[in-house]
Amino acid sequence: MRGRPAPRVAAPPRTPRPPRGRGRTRGAGLTPWLYLAPALVVLGGLLAYPVQQLGVISLFRYTQAQVSGGEPATFQGLGNYRELLADEQFRQVLLTTVLFAAACVVSTLAVGCALAVLLTRVSAVPRLALMLAGLGAWATPAVTGSTVWLLLFDADFGPVNRILGLGDHSWTYGRYSAFLLVLLEVVWCSFPFVMITVYAGIRAVPAEVLEAAALDGASQWRVWRSVLAPMLRPILVVVTVQSVIWDFKVFTQIYVMTGGGGIAGQNLVLNVYAYQKAFASSQYGLGAAIGVVMLLVLLAVTLVYLRLLRRQGEEL
Amino acid sequence: MKLSVRLVALAAVLATAACAPQTSGDSSSGKDEKTGTLRVWLFREVNNAPKEKAVESVVAGFEKAHDGTEVTVEYIPVETRAERIKAAFNDPKSAPDLVEYGNTDTAGYVKDGGLADVTEEFGAWDEAKDTDPTARQSVTVDGRVYGAPYFVGVRALYYRTDVFDELGLEPPASQAELISTAREIRAARPDLYGIAVGGAYTYGAMPFLWAHGGELATGKGGSYASAIDTPAARKGIEAYTSLFGDDNCPAAKCAGMGGNDTVTAFASGKAAMAIAGDFSRAAVEAGTVKGDYAVVPLPGVKPGSVAPAFAGGNNLGVLKSTSHRTLAVDLMRRLASKEAQGELFDAMGFLPTFSDVRQRAAAEEPFLKPFVETLAADTKFVPASPAWAQIDASQVLPTMFQEVVSGKKDVGAAAGDAAKKMNEAFGSVG
Repeated sequence: MRGRPAPRVAAPPRTPRPPRGRGRTRGAGLTPWLYLAPALVVLGGLLAYPVQQLGVISLFRYTQAQVSGGEPATFQGLGNYRELLADEQFRQVLLTTVLFAAACVVSTLAVGCALAVLLTRVSAVPRLALMLAGLGAWATPAVTGSTVWLLLFDADFGPVNRILGLGDHSWTYGRYSAFLLVLLEVVWCSFPFVMITVYAGIRAVPAEVLEAAALDGASQWRVWRSVLAPMLRPILVVVTVQSVIWDFKVFTQIYVMTGGGGIAGQNLVLNVYAYQKAFASSQYGLGAAIGVVMLLVLLAVTLVYLRLLRRQGEEL
Repeated sequence: MKLSVRLVALAAVLATAACAPQTSGDSSSGKDEKTGTLRVWLFREVNNAPKEKAVESVVAGFEKAHDGTEVTVEYIPVETRAERIKAAFNDPKSAPDLVEYGNTDTAGYVKDGGLADVTEEFGAWDEAKDTDPTARQSVTVDGRVYGAPYFVGVRALYYRTDVFDELGLEPPASQAELISTAREIRAARPDLYGIAVGGAYTYGAMPFLWAHGGELATGKGGSYASAIDTPAARKGIEAYTSLFGDDNCPAAKCAGMGGNDTVTAFASGKAAMAIAGDFSRAAVEAGTVKGDYAVVPLPGVKPGSVAPAFAGGNNLGVLKSTSHRTLAVDLMRRLASKEAQGELFDAMGFLPTFSDVRQRAAAEEPFLKPFVETLAADTKFVPASPAWAQIDASQVLPTMFQEVVSGKKDVGAAAGDAAKKMNEAFGSVG
């Protein structure tokens, strides 16, 4: 597909059209910007300015004393970043966050896609029930959801322990068991978005294609692998990027379910760590530096991901 | 075209990047008006009506004494006080003239440039000489006074009288006895924690450290050094963490508990003992153990001694940005006076900061006897350094206790790491 020259380039107009020539190129240069202007102004105000402020603050020694005028704000270049990188806990938390977010993204996508396929295979009543269950989970605020999950898994009064016969086993004491509990909650509240979006995508796939695959004797897995997944690629890209961003920035679930970072901080993720530094102890400069690092990591992950997809020959 | 847009954007970023982030400049107003409206922020308590009544009578007296003045009192929620007070420091125009604040925040607020230095006025105040030393320490930073103590809160040992009677036990008289009694109860009644303890309950753990002769930090006047890894402090940490385990309070449950969780465990009948404050009485009375408990001072190491307690409580302070400094200081003195503190005690049960007023209060209310005894024995305070807020927010001490309790580190290693983090915080604000 790539090697084929685009028809427009291959067939230049044989007869020149003098009235449009120069005017068209100039128009093409300005007109898109004119159309983009309102959106750019809004984006500039709401996105570029705060990000720029974040960057500026991260270069200063900026705590509550500086904000309220007790001391002057001093420029310290990359001092905050140096402090962060020298902080062993920060490096550990960063690594934990990347791994935990990866596990959440993979689980969410797997559950969401599997249930989307299931939705297309069941009759109206179970489909409606599944949809409503999904929407219910989706609509539940994260704080409420986390609290309810915590109660379900409570060591003394939780029904889960009673059903599994685990006595008074504490799910939040061990590092991995606490992370597992949080992962379950994150998947629970974010799979509906994947499910509904992918389901809508599958619905848009022409029935003939699926029928043809079925006639060729393709299994369900094979249909997904060779027919649906390639056709749904743009949708899957969007839900993956969204999930990466959400799960990397997870805060509420960790904060509520592990009591602000778990026993001895074993369940800290980057966002909770940044909150501790920036707001709870008012080190805004250091918090801003963490924010910049998060922004860069997310940008890098997203760009690399899109780049890999391009390599495989898909235009997005 | 493309290039020029990029250049413009780049230039714009560079131009704005050159400016420092916003600060609100020196906040003192330089004015001292003798009439007008004074704004006061006090904390909203769970049952606030009696407090409002006690405050109103003081305010009425103040308005009568100063013609042309008016006082508006706003009760701010305790949960969001930190944000409210920070915002007040940032925006002097909407800030109050007088605030109530938690006494561990004093040094931080002073460094933020938020509180006015009232050393001279405090010194000239005749009632101030009866303020107890720890309360005075809680308004003092670097030898200067930044407010008036409003009330104190202190913790002691709550125990279940029914359980102790049933097992034929006496309230413990030393820390060794406390630990053995707790284990004895757990052995006889496996459904109960002997004493409810929490890995995140810093102020419940501190008395153990202090009783063994340890300190959080040593030093004065801004330059502190952590003392959490001294041999004495480590002995205290060992004593406290020895209470976590299947023979008293299983680590899997208790490592994550904070102060409120231990009070809840006691109030709901899951623990035979707990370390709780005079201010926890309502919570305990609302639980199932109502009528079946008593309080004694938390014992020290030597039999019959009392472990030093953390002197919590609130202060009143005048904001640096006030334009009614003289009036605000006078209102502060009236609200924190012996008479007003006595009324506040009658209304809310908050312990007065004057030793003599407190003795009188204890005589009226037998429940308070163990708390007043604790205050009379010895009380300690957190380091008067702005770094304390940072150490508290970064959960340095809970992390240390939890590392020991969960077996991740031994006492020496955990205390060493905590000392390092504390010293970094002390150094960064110095």
